[in-house]
Amino acid sequence: MSSAATQKRGFGAMLWDYLTTVDHKKIGILYLIGGGFFFLLGGLEAMIIRIQLLVPENDFISAGLYNEMITMHGTTMIFLAAMPLLLGLMNVIMPLQIGARDVAFPFLNSLGFWLFFLGGILLNCSWFLGGAPDAGWTSYAPLSVQSPGHGVDFYVMGLQLSGAGTLIGGINFLVTIVTMRAPGMTYMRMPLFTWTTFITSILILFAFPALTVGLFLLMFDRMMGAAFFDVALGGNAIIWQHLFWIFGHPEVYILILPAFGVFSEILPTFSKKRLFGYTAMVFATILIAFLGFMVWAHHMFTVGLGPVANAIFAIATMAIAIPTGIKIFNWLATMWGGSIRINSAMLWALAFVPTFTIGGMTGVMLASTVADYQYHDTYFVVAHFHYVIVGGVVFGILAALHYWWPKIFGRILNEAMGKIAFWLFFIGFHLTFFVQHFLGLMGMPRRYWVFLEGQGLDTGNLVSSIGAFLMGIGGLIFLINIIYSSVKGEKASADPWDGRTLEWATASPPVHYNFKQLPLVRGLDPLWIEKMEGKGKITPAEPLDEIHMPNGSILPLIMTIGFFIASFGFIYQTDHKAWLIAIYVGMAIALGAMLTRSLKDDHGYHISKEELEREAE
Amino acid sequence: MSHDHSLNPETMPQEPEKATHEGKNKFLGLWFFLGGETVLFASLFGTYLALRNSTADGPSSQDLFGLELVFIMTILLLTSSLTSVYAMYHMKNNDFAKMQLWLGVTALLGVGFLAFEIYEFAHYITDYGFTFRSSAFGSAFYTLVGFHGGHVAFGLSWIIVLMARNAKRGLNLYNAPKFYSFSLYWHFIDVVWVFIFTVVYLMGMVS
Amino acid sequence: MKAWLGKFKSLLMLSGIALLLAGCGKENLSAFIPKGPNAETSLNLIILSLAIMIFVFIVVMLVYVIVLVRFRQKKGQEDYIPKQVEGNKTLETIWTVIPIILVLILAVPTVTATFELADNSGAEEGLNVEVTGNQYWWHFNYQGQEIQTSQDMYIPVGEPVYLNMASTDVIHSFWVPSISGKMDVNPENTNTMYIEAEEEGVYWGKCAELCGPSHSLMDFKVIAVSQEEFDQWVSDMQNVDPEAQPEGAVAQEGQSLFQENSCVACHAIGSSPVATGPNLTSFGDRTTLAGVEEPTKENIVDWLLNPEAMKPGNKMTGNYPELTEEEASSIAEYLMQLQPSEITPEDAGN
Repeated sequence: MSSAATQKRGFGAMLWDYLTTVDHKKIGILYLIGGGFFFLLGGLEAMIIRIQLLVPENDFISAGLYNEMITMHGTTMIFLAAMPLLLGLMNVIMPLQIGARDVAFPFLNSLGFWLFFLGGILLNCSWFLGGAPDAGWTSYAPLSVQSPGHGVDFYVMGLQLSGAGTLIGGINFLVTIVTMRAPGMTYMRMPLFTWTTFITSILILFAFPALTVGLFLLMFDRMMGAAFFDVALGGNAIIWQHLFWIFGHPEVYILILPAFGVFSEILPTFSKKRLFGYTAMVFATILIAFLGFMVWAHHMFTVGLGPVANAIFAIATMAIAIPTGIKIFNWLATMWGGSIRINSAMLWALAFVPTFTIGGMTGVMLASTVADYQYHDTYFVVAHFHYVIVGGVVFGILAALHYWWPKIFGRILNEAMGKIAFWLFFIGFHLTFFVQHFLGLMGMPRRYWVFLEGQGLDTGNLVSSIGAFLMGIGGLIFLINIIYSSVKGEKASADPWDGRTLEWATASPPVHYNFKQLPLVRGLDPLWIEKMEGKGKITPAEPLDEIHMPNGSILPLIMTIGFFIASFGFIYQTDHKAWLIAIYVGMAIALGAMLTRSLKDDHGYHISKEELEREAE
Repeated sequence: MSHDHSLNPETMPQEPEKATHEGKNKFLGLWFFLGGETVLFASLFGTYLALRNSTADGPSSQDLFGLELVFIMTILLLTSSLTSVYAMYHMKNNDFAKMQLWLGVTALLGVGFLAFEIYEFAHYITDYGFTFRSSAFGSAFYTLVGFHGGHVAFGLSWIIVLMARNAKRGLNLYNAPKFYSFSLYWHFIDVVWVFIFTVVYLMGMVS
Repeated sequence: MKAWLGKFKSLLMLSGIALLLAGCGKENLSAFIPKGPNAETSLNLIILSLAIMIFVFIVVMLVYVIVLVRFRQKKGQEDYIPKQVEGNKTLETIWTVIPIILVLILAVPTVTATFELADNSGAEEGLNVEVTGNQYWWHFNYQGQEIQTSQDMYIPVGEPVYLNMASTDVIHSFWVPSISGKMDVNPENTNTMYIEAEEEGVYWGKCAELCGPSHSLMDFKVIAVSQEEFDQWVSDMQNVDPEAQPEGAVAQEGQSLFQENSCVACHAIGSSPVATGPNLTSFGDRTTLAGVEEPTKENIVDWLLNPEAMKPGNKMTGNYPELTEEEASSIAEYLMQLQPSEITPEDAGN
């Protein structure tokens, strides 16, 4: 089962290994591959949008197709690219950082991945089956209820599946962090990335069920004739907005907090200084998460909730600026007095600081209700959330990929290509989105298929599109870098960056049981402590003994395929009742797999002490 | 950790459900899951409260609800929660037979509850023509109460599979957390029902 | 380091040039050039918040640049280990307290303005207009006046006009950036807001909530004229004769085609409250055709022959008998003559 043996086996065996794996590192890699694939799709959609908006009154694509593009771009980037990429990083890195051998529920971990992946595939099937969803990624009722065809049905079922996967992932991380920290790894010694994983998981746990309910209501209205959003039968479409944003606002923090965690790892490492104000950073994270649940209605200032509600939500929203500001200044203070090395990973982290500051600032500006009456649903908002989600989350993911790539894959990404990609993407990004702030206030609402000639919007849109192409080229160079480096990249040592945390104390890539002996943690930045005390190696917390590991299983995939089939049944049963068979068959497969899982005892297996000793050299 | 999880009565620990690492993870995970379920039901309650008067000239809550039926259902479910506590008590005393007995009673009460609920829904549909599609109130009512009913049904299949699977091999450290998790889940369903009883039925009959 | 700064500079310059070229946008459309008290309130808050934020940004960037200049690893100092600082209570307190103060500075005027703009107490005596959003056109019913119009909304300058807004289908959002921020137009409730224009003018309005394929083509106009002109317009509109014969045989042919081909089933002329389709009473004075096109005869004929090509997803396509080009031309001729009022957009100094 050693990694060398894995490489020698054929492709079929490797495929089977990945289909059945419950190893958190392999599942993490699957998440990265899946998320990366959808990121390319979403990027392609973005390019098409920017081509359409290159010149006024363009007819590159039709109005209907344009709405499908913007819907799929948003949905794909949020649910199928950004979040899975982050979940992938958490999956690989977090257990290593706390000194665990795996996650608490390896089987569920695999199930979570397959639900996400097949949910994403299901959603994208809509392109080939009569058209993608076209009601925006927010899918506001009643537009989403009235949208013809099956596009929105695919949205509902696809997100329901991948949402369930995410929820499972969240619970898994929570339990892992609570019960599986290495000896000595107290909560206040956990690396910031682990902390943000923990807080993010709590957000997932409490935010996703609101989306689940929203999607169910939409599903019932569209597929079963319910009347939640049907005004004629007393329905109320605003309920969708509330449920969506009770989920949707925490979702923003689900995306950004892990990125904060990434920067809190990279900045100290490449400044050779411990994180400034660790305690404040932890509590700022908690505070942001807590406030994140109380501000959802700032997405609804123009709905007509009245001045009292608007004022309360405005103030709550502004309050988030305070912990976020603390974080920005603590990062700056971390670098202050340090010995800063700049490579690709650090470049992304450095670019994040000013970019995200702008995104955060426009966020506060948006919180000012009466000003928001002008910003709302315009390109100002588009600019704002791209500054936050690209400038924060995507920069974070790219920084993390450069930083942890050697740990995950054992090879270092090419620096030259990394830097070229960075500059193209960074300049392209600001060109694309900075002007959009102005476009919005100059009278360009978002989700506009065309803008008219002679309204002063031409130049801004042209600049924006040119920027988008630069971003596209930057992204492609990053992709080439990945391919090039996985073949010719420099082999990585266990600790290529002079790291501080536990993941750098094990091999790159790590053995499948992570740590032969669980590490003993003696403080924050445990590896750094050992290095400073001249040992350079982590002290083990236990004698060498046999290791208990979970068995792989194909059941998560089968279960998910069952739900996948059933989803098609739900979507098409409105056309013909024969599709009910698909529901029954799909659910039978899924429930059958569940039953098999609960009837068949699975105690895992043990790696013997002798085997571990053999693997020592 | 021992390879053999079936322990004899003498060596069975006080809290078998928490004695293994996997067991601890299991019920901690369930606790978290129930946290998420709370938000799920809170969202459904919110939706119901927003739509409970949106009857679109169809039957309203005052027309429909009767106290007797709902009272019996409440008693059944509350009692089943109590019997599951007995079962857990016997589990901790390592008395497998009594645990199975009380779990059986729990399941029977659950089945009774579900039967009444099905009767209730059928009664509304046939006697009042009040369906899922009648009005926004109808959609919200059946969705909220139906989701709860679905949870009861899931809990029943869970415990039946668990009892059948372990009938012959008795209690051990591998299955004790499973029984314990079920009981936790069952209490949660019961708590949700208390809220449904209050918010849907009592408030529905008053206003 | 140098290269980094250089690139950042060129980036700033590029965006600067872009901005100069674009200016502040088009007058009577851009929120940067307010023509009404609501838009002014919004712009003031935008400027205030921007000022605070630019202050914060400058502070952050100052520290940032110093850090990057002073604390880069120097050649030969690869082994240097900086002091491991845990934190600093004073500093951390400072950057917690100052943001709180800044937020308060923004919060107070925000709350005040929020209540100010929601103040509808003048609605009873004021001019009330019922605004209806439809896929993809706007209808205006001047309440208590027996006037119905679509697409172009006339208001008197310098007077608040109270809008009562609802939608017949999906959610729309009513936005006239240069005179006021936006408000959603929902199917399940009536939202209220008021607008006021301080200058005469034809103001661009846009739908700001995704409402279907032609969401970007759902423009409308608010035409602010002087009080006398408005009074004139009101009396003209109240005295429209829907049956009035147009001039010329072609237009008369068009009128009868209009009536025979069930156009009237959806399109009212005069103050009839029928509003399945846009009210056409003053169609000949409209600033645009179908929201965004030039109202030329050619375009009107094109519209009548194939509305789908101009406005995808509109509700007219397929709901009327097929027309020959000649028929469409006659109808267009008739429609262009529907100019019941002396007051036209020109009076607002287009």
